[in-house]
Amino acid sequence: MSNMAWIFISAMVVNNFTLAYFLGLCPFMGVSGRVDTALKMGAANIFVLTVASVCAWFLNTFILPYAPFLRLISFIVVIASTVQITEMVIKKLSPALFRALGIYLPLITTNCAILFMAISQTNRGYNFLEGLFFAFGAGAGLTLALVLMASIREDLVFAKVPAIARGNAIVFIIAGILSLAFMGFAGLLSA
Amino acid sequence: MSGEGTSGAGSQRELPVMSGHVEVPSWRLLLTLGIAGALAGLLIVFVYQATQPRIQAYKALQLRLAVSEVLASPSRWDTLYVHDGALLLTPPTDVDAGSLEMVFLGYREDGSRAGYAIQGAEAGFQDIIELIFGYNAETNTVLGMKVLANKETPGLGDKIVKDSAFVAEFGGAETPLAGVKSARATGAANEVDMITGATISSRAVINIINHQLERLGPMLNAYLQEAS
Amino acid sequence: MPKQTTPGQDLTRGIWRENPVLIQMLGLCPALAVTNTVVNSLAMGLATFFVLFCSSLLVATFKKFIPHEVRITTYILIIATFVTIADMLLEAIVPEVHKALGAFIALIVVNCMILGRQEAFSSKNTVPRALLDATGTGIGFIIALFLMGGIREVLGYGSFLGFPLFGGNYEPWIIFILPPGGFLTIGFILLALNWWERRKAERSKSDLPGAVAVERAA
Repeated sequence: MSNMAWIFISAMVVNNFTLAYFLGLCPFMGVSGRVDTALKMGAANIFVLTVASVCAWFLNTFILPYAPFLRLISFIVVIASTVQITEMVIKKLSPALFRALGIYLPLITTNCAILFMAISQTNRGYNFLEGLFFAFGAGAGLTLALVLMASIREDLVFAKVPAIARGNAIVFIIAGILSLAFMGFAGLLSA
Repeated sequence: MSGEGTSGAGSQRELPVMSGHVEVPSWRLLLTLGIAGALAGLLIVFVYQATQPRIQAYKALQLRLAVSEVLASPSRWDTLYVHDGALLLTPPTDVDAGSLEMVFLGYREDGSRAGYAIQGAEAGFQDIIELIFGYNAETNTVLGMKVLANKETPGLGDKIVKDSAFVAEFGGAETPLAGVKSARATGAANEVDMITGATISSRAVINIINHQLERLGPMLNAYLQEAS
Repeated sequence: MPKQTTPGQDLTRGIWRENPVLIQMLGLCPALAVTNTVVNSLAMGLATFFVLFCSSLLVATFKKFIPHEVRITTYILIIATFVTIADMLLEAIVPEVHKALGAFIALIVVNCMILGRQEAFSSKNTVPRALLDATGTGIGFIIALFLMGGIREVLGYGSFLGFPLFGGNYEPWIIFILPPGGFLTIGFILLALNWWERRKAERSKSDLPGAVAVERAA
């Protein structure tokens, strides 16, 4: 059980997908202007990550041992389909949520975090449960990074940012400082 | 994807610029994807066949070099397979040999045993650390240690590879290993000085060796008993 | 869609003025993750160039056979094929670099830059034009990665391409090869670019060059 805890905490803060592995930067730079949007994007990501983890586990266990070189293609097809299906499900169940998420959902397909999660899960040989904890931790970490950046950017509007730094430059520098802060989690829950 | 198709859109003509006004039949969509998928698969298989020999040769070479290093250049070694709680010289026929854990038993030129080479991998500070170590089961000592793969922090954790003094600590250390911070070393034979500023990575290396020996120790001794 | 750009423009705009990483902000994942040494940066840049070039070639050649509804899936299939091939070639030819790049080679397939070029250009232009565009964009990508990698390796390891530069007494700024360094390096590059743009604008006393229109893949 402590292994699961390590996997979760490691994916969430110690090796945060955005601040340590640079994944999910497209939404990180684009979406993180407001906290509520960030939370929604994060939630969508957690859902897709979890489903993708289960699918990757099925593929790895039953199909891919016969054709390991088709791993990448099958993962990406599964991810694209998952996002498509998620979109349709949300549209049916909650049109309001669908409208709120808008364009963010299709963007998750090109979110490197999902693919990286599937590949890491494979490389590290996680079983079904470990894969789930990993996906959940990764999603939680993505959401955490998004929300932190969003709250900082909400306040940044009122700050005097030098002209040369306005736009993406200041966001990257803030991200660098956040990443530095997250390095403090290193070693959490290790032996 | 459109469910109904018109009879239009011949197979070779370009679709009109205002796409969306001409319905493309679903079979055409699936056919395109199917053909694209098949061609893609063929291409990948071709490159796979062409590159695998080189890739496997490199991996085998790396393993040979690693075993040779931790057992101080033995003249030959046997590959032993771990199966059902025992070490076997020949893999059981009903199991895929590639999926079994392997342990190597080295021999010197004069025929005496050089020791076991055992691989292990566990989570370190940043990510998984993979290593191989040499072990003399008769005297319970580690012969050498080599880190095969790690993603530890450059300049700190990666000293488990770069700090030759740390690596040398493992030569001749008695098992089970005990990691100590250098200030508190008492000089016992089983102590390994951990790297200052990289205690977690150091401890991970020590744990890998101890855990592997806990698990495999009885099997290693049993095999030696049988052999003599 | 009538083409108003010249072949020369197709080639050169991707190199600097519409640089995919620094101006369009695409392909950031690999640009930050593997640029801790120059060797890794160049390897990633070349691998991405290979995938971009081959994908553009195929998409431009077969664009008439790819129905609009499944175009994105087909592009991704083509791109994924070449990424798999690039991965295997790298592992066979330069195994150490392949190990260093790790899972990020596979991530080339979700590099928005490649999909973006197929959607915006290769699917709507002739093969030669598409190849010029791919070459320009690819070169721009390599330049951006080389710049990042150069800064990070020189400051973070005190070496360039593995050759030590500063002698034994240099205390490397390790932060630059760690994740925060990636963010800070690109942040500082952008600061420098912005400063340069403003100076150019003030000098020419015309309007500030507006942000380059960015075409994003769906």
